[in-house]
Amino acid sequence: MNQEISIQTADFSLADEVALLEQNNPIDGAVVTFTGRVRNNNNGQNVSSLTLEHYSGMTEKSLSKIIIDAKTRWNIGRVKVIHRIGELSIGEQIVFVGVTSKHRHDAFAANEFIMDFLKVQAPFWKKERSEQGESWLDAKVTDDTKAKKW
Amino acid sequence: MIKVVFFAALREQLACSELMVSSENITTVADLKHQLANKNEQWQSLFNNSSLLSAVNHDMVDNDQAIKSGDEVAFFPPVTGG
Repeated sequence: MNQEISIQTADFSLADEVALLEQNNPIDGAVVTFTGRVRNNNNGQNVSSLTLEHYSGMTEKSLSKIIIDAKTRWNIGRVKVIHRIGELSIGEQIVFVGVTSKHRHDAFAANEFIMDFLKVQAPFWKKERSEQGESWLDAKVTDDTKAKKW
Repeated sequence: MIKVVFFAALREQLACSELMVSSENITTVADLKHQLANKNEQWQSLFNNSSLLSAVNHDMVDNDQAIKSGDEVAFFPPVTGG
């Protein structure tokens, strides 16, 4: 099992994840973390909650490939990617990406790279619930454009 | 046999999450799509949608990807995680 990837229904603690990235890791001076949360609106609609579906097996494989790619591009130390699945309410944490490196540039760049590719390659799908009912989210062209810039 | 799985909006529209298809006469993802599209008009419009993504054995692939008996092929809409 890849310790760098966790697909889970349970919430996570940012403080605990940072502690794990830093523990017994005196060589890395930079720790960059990103946390994604459920917004209360999308395309002008009030969202009450969302459900996240994924393709078990492919999710882990695609994230693992993205992490390997990031490690070949930048000099980074530890990486952790957490993505939650199932039902999530407004304000809840959905995704976490943490990267360490000796100096800040590598961790900043690798973190954004991992997030950008997770957005367009990892098989997750969001279904939103609002006053208008339930609907699957459409993929954003801007996400595709951003990933292609790397 | 080829195991075919569907996800998210596509799974709901097809009212089907997985099925087994004979690998006879199927050598690529495009062949499999073509065969699935022949089922009825609704399946035809869903499988002719150019934004549909495909994966073979958990790797994202193009329509010309070769497939064989024992493979797991997935079809799904563009991903929206993160």
